[in-house]
Amino acid sequence: MIEIIVFAIFAVLALVSALVVITHPDPVKSTMSLVLTFFSVAVLYVLLHAPFIATLQVLVYTGAILVLFLFVLMLLNISRETHREDKATAQTWLTLLGAGFFFGLLALYFYRSTSGLEPVGDLGGIHELSVLLFSRYLITFEMIGVLLLAAVVGASYLTSRLEEKNS
Amino acid sequence: MSIQTIATFAKMGLAIGVLVGGVAPIMLWVERRASALMQDRRGPNRLGPLGLFQGIADAAKFIFKEDIIPSGADKGMFLLAPVLALVPALTTFLVIPFGPDLMFDGERIAMLVVPGEAGALLFLALGSLGVYSLVCAGYASNNKYSLLGSVRASAQMISYELAMGFAVLGALIPVGSFRLDAAVAWQQDHLWAIVPQFVGFVVFLVASYAETNRLPFDLPEAESELVAGFHTEYGSMRFAMFFMGEYISMTVLSALLCTLYLGGWTLPGVTFPETWMGVAMGAGVLAAKVTFFMFLYVWIRWTLPRFRYDQLMTLGWKVLLPLSMVNLLVMAALTVGGIL
Repeated sequence: MIEIIVFAIFAVLALVSALVVITHPDPVKSTMSLVLTFFSVAVLYVLLHAPFIATLQVLVYTGAILVLFLFVLMLLNISRETHREDKATAQTWLTLLGAGFFFGLLALYFYRSTSGLEPVGDLGGIHELSVLLFSRYLITFEMIGVLLLAAVVGASYLTSRLEEKNS
Repeated sequence: MSIQTIATFAKMGLAIGVLVGGVAPIMLWVERRASALMQDRRGPNRLGPLGLFQGIADAAKFIFKEDIIPSGADKGMFLLAPVLALVPALTTFLVIPFGPDLMFDGERIAMLVVPGEAGALLFLALGSLGVYSLVCAGYASNNKYSLLGSVRASAQMISYELAMGFAVLGALIPVGSFRLDAAVAWQQDHLWAIVPQFVGFVVFLVASYAETNRLPFDLPEAESELVAGFHTEYGSMRFAMFFMGEYISMTVLSALLCTLYLGGWTLPGVTFPETWMGVAMGAGVLAAKVTFFMFLYVWIRWTLPRFRYDQLMTLGWKVLLPLSMVNLLVMAALTVGGIL
């Protein structure tokens, strides 16, 4: 019973705050709202018996990435969105159509499915996840690490070239 | 309600009560008297013996002061910021073990509020939310000094979180678990973790000063450059909440430091009984260790000058982070090699 109440509160919170993210004219407020979205999603992970993923969600996304978003926003002094495109273009209609199709499929899937949304076991525990990462998905895991490293090297190369140009 | 549920609420109430009601007033007094001692002054000595009741007078003053919200401030975020300073600081304490298990009515009650696999990770995750308080405060104040303080705070706290995270990982590798009670048990069985990884200890200690924005790393406040940094526009009780948040973060970080490196609530060679007496003794031992580090905070604040911002970043990224990584590698090697 408590689980359903907690789920309801944080599911609604996640959706509402996600809506605020894309509709609010002030980018800093949008980012703060995104903090709330990620935090609510973390609570949903806890309800799905995945405390480790929930903790990582807060640690990485809420605690680090969004702080960097805010840092950049405040450093660049990006102002509020002033003008808004109110006219519905072909793109708007296509977007709505695509979104409708996607959510229709999703709804159909849940309507048809019989298994429900029960957690499939203790996959979200630290131990279970670590064993999976370092046995079955070892190569994928290491490849992702290399990919991220490549991104870091690329970023530092680009900034160092910019500095050379400036000096 | 089961005994466990009641116990959880009791432990939570006790922890929050001690942190809010005990730490902040005492630290206020310690900070003033210790700074006076170091600067050859007397310090506040009028209220009560040795001026001990100064904290009460300050609290009363904070409560009765006019509560000002600057015009042009973003009201919602302005009001939210001080709350965000307190909540992460208070919740992080919930994963710190503070005594042996208590046998009560045939049930074993663990002396930490949130037992669970995630332990130390949860601490880091919740602790990393503290930066939002500073960011919100600076952005909402509509003041250039405040905003500069926030920008500094966000970059600084992110940078030092990395080094701190690696230091914590290094401390937990021999333990083989993120559980802090397991870390305490491991140190009880083997030796205090500060011995094999003094480097990790130093990295954690330095990073904790940056995470709590204390001198020599109080760049987000930097009163000589930014008036009062992110809380320039705050007065009365709201300012007091930032103040309390800072002291409580210092306490919980010291508690984590003691738990990871100095055996937590245990003493080498002593086994505390699983009774009320044992719990009281365990909590007393942890409190004594934390008290030392709290005094160290004050000591360093009134001894060292502030770092320059580029020095702060260089120290974080080029000294502490590599050191903590090397520490992690050495610990992993020692653990795999079966030495630890």
